[in-house]
Amino acid sequence: MRLNRIFTAIAATSALVLAGCGTADPASTPAPGASGALTPIKLQLQWFFQAQFAGYIAAVDQGFYQEQGLDVQLLEGGVDIVPQTVLAQGRADYAVAWVPKALASREQGAGITDVGQIFGRSGTYQVAWKDSGITKAADLKGKKVGNWGFGNEFELFAGMTKAGIDPGKDVTLVQQQFDMQALLKKEIDAAQAMSYNEYAQLLEAKNPKTGKQYTADDFSIIDWKTEGSSMLQDAVWANTEKLNDPAYQQQTVKFLTATIKGWAFCRDNAEKCRDLVVAKGSKLGKSHQLWQMNEVNKLVWPATGGIGVIDETAWNQTVQLSQTTKNQTGDTVLTKAPEGLAYTNDYIKQAIEQAKTAGVDVNGTGFQPATVTLNEGGS
Amino acid sequence: MRRALAILAGIVTLALLWEGYKAVGDPEGTVLFGVRVLPRADDLSMPHLWTVLQRLGRPELAGGDPVWQVVLRACLFTLGITAAGFLAGTLVGLLLAMAMQRFRIVERGLLPYVILSQTVPLVALAPLVAGWGGTLMPAWATVAVIAAYLAFFPVAVGMLRGLQSPSASGAELMRSYAAGWWRTLVKLRFPAALPYLFPALRLAGAAAVVGAVVGEISTGTRGGIGRLIIEYSREATSDPAKVYTAMLGAALLGLVVAGAVSLLEVPLMRHRRHVEVVTL
Repeated sequence: MRLNRIFTAIAATSALVLAGCGTADPASTPAPGASGALTPIKLQLQWFFQAQFAGYIAAVDQGFYQEQGLDVQLLEGGVDIVPQTVLAQGRADYAVAWVPKALASREQGAGITDVGQIFGRSGTYQVAWKDSGITKAADLKGKKVGNWGFGNEFELFAGMTKAGIDPGKDVTLVQQQFDMQALLKKEIDAAQAMSYNEYAQLLEAKNPKTGKQYTADDFSIIDWKTEGSSMLQDAVWANTEKLNDPAYQQQTVKFLTATIKGWAFCRDNAEKCRDLVVAKGSKLGKSHQLWQMNEVNKLVWPATGGIGVIDETAWNQTVQLSQTTKNQTGDTVLTKAPEGLAYTNDYIKQAIEQAKTAGVDVNGTGFQPATVTLNEGGS
Repeated sequence: MRRALAILAGIVTLALLWEGYKAVGDPEGTVLFGVRVLPRADDLSMPHLWTVLQRLGRPELAGGDPVWQVVLRACLFTLGITAAGFLAGTLVGLLLAMAMQRFRIVERGLLPYVILSQTVPLVALAPLVAGWGGTLMPAWATVAVIAAYLAFFPVAVGMLRGLQSPSASGAELMRSYAAGWWRTLVKLRFPAALPYLFPALRLAGAAAVVGAVVGEISTGTRGGIGRLIIEYSREATSDPAKVYTAMLGAALLGLVVAGAVSLLEVPLMRHRRHVEVVTL
């Protein structure tokens, strides 16, 4: 009897939940009827909404895309979502992806082109404890070195190779998780970290010995930019074949123009952009997001050649390292130089001209990073 | 009453084991010949249970909802996906089993592929299905498809065995009554299959939960407990208790689904024999 009642209750709840799922569709965008003649565009991001993508989020929120006649839908990434593949399969119109990984997909047949190198600099660090004495790549010899794998590890391997270390023999490689616990527990001597994410997580953690948060003085950083093994990261990729179509070309210029405005807006309004990201439902805390916004701004600004313009030297370095750096299994990112239209500055240059005409500072020469205080747990 | 006590005792035992290990275990973990045999017992790896419970009560983000509400909402969302996946999977499984029972040739042709379907790694399947989201169906439905994909298998295989379980003499008796395939199915095979169906449904329920949680992680679908686990695990460095709140939620979801499925059989199995059935 009692069981029957419970059964009915559970059946009723599941029915309610099902009904709820049917009506409240969390993924759909606002009704397209309101947008009139806007062209619908899908942009595939690499991961969940976070300040790393603030420029795109701001361009949507501030109506920059709408000004250009575009109705842009941002697609969040997931563990098994590969943006460049989504783009190549035509399930998105543009995608944000790291250059080495996207080039690897190109080599396997994905028809994509880098049309805007939004991040001019790499944000990858290798972080160690200060008292370990590790300050440069050469110090990693004989140490336990954490890395993410899946193609995110090549700057580390290039840096070690450059310093005369054989990554296969001279270090113990450890597969790292999403968090930095392995470094905090001293299971590894140096951990891979993005300046805008994992490094901040370290500074948000509490030192059990002192009861206070760790500070930058507790850690030392190997920055691959100074070691000369950095590779290009977040870029906007377009479909190569469609780039032959004048309509898509025009649309690309418009998309990039609005994107430039979005990133310039976030440079000048970091806190506002932080709020936009938090409002998008990011689960990371406010101070963490502001830190991320500030660090990401540092990767974009100042942009001497104009935001998004692909610097040939940096590109060649990325390609060259992709071809020569071997990981522990002896694989390189690329087996040969990229063929066809791997990148083009044609559209970003037009976009920059249009943005300039609209009064946007596309170089950010005067950009000064802020000092962000991280709270415990990033809150 | 006894059952409630047993459940309570189970929870208390688990809690005692956790805290007991924390009390006596080495904070650095036990490593034998370079292999970790026992986990670390420090607060970063195994937060105190009361820390986790306190975390449930504190807001998720400054000024936001308390974590228990967020976790519960996520569980309900995933429960909906699981239910949809379970229902769809069960339906497909039943239809396949009926087709396979009816036509020997279908069984011989299809069964290997039914088994083969479960060897396709989710990692390969998920991005493909995720692509349907937003065009063919809403994003949550793609996760339900993944759940259904895992859930249909035990039902198809278990139900097939159940439908084939009546003895030849039973089938011949029905034939002597001039009963057709449909009537034989309804009067003889369905009732005979019930003891095989319910264990299969339990497996399907568990598979649907796994499919929903993993599907969410894999496709990045927001709103559910799988997504919450991965979001919170990114904060494990500075807020280790938070990850465990999401895991508690996932465990709760599994229990609720298992309970709901086992309740399904109460009205149907009251007067029937219970047999031990191995469906796989």
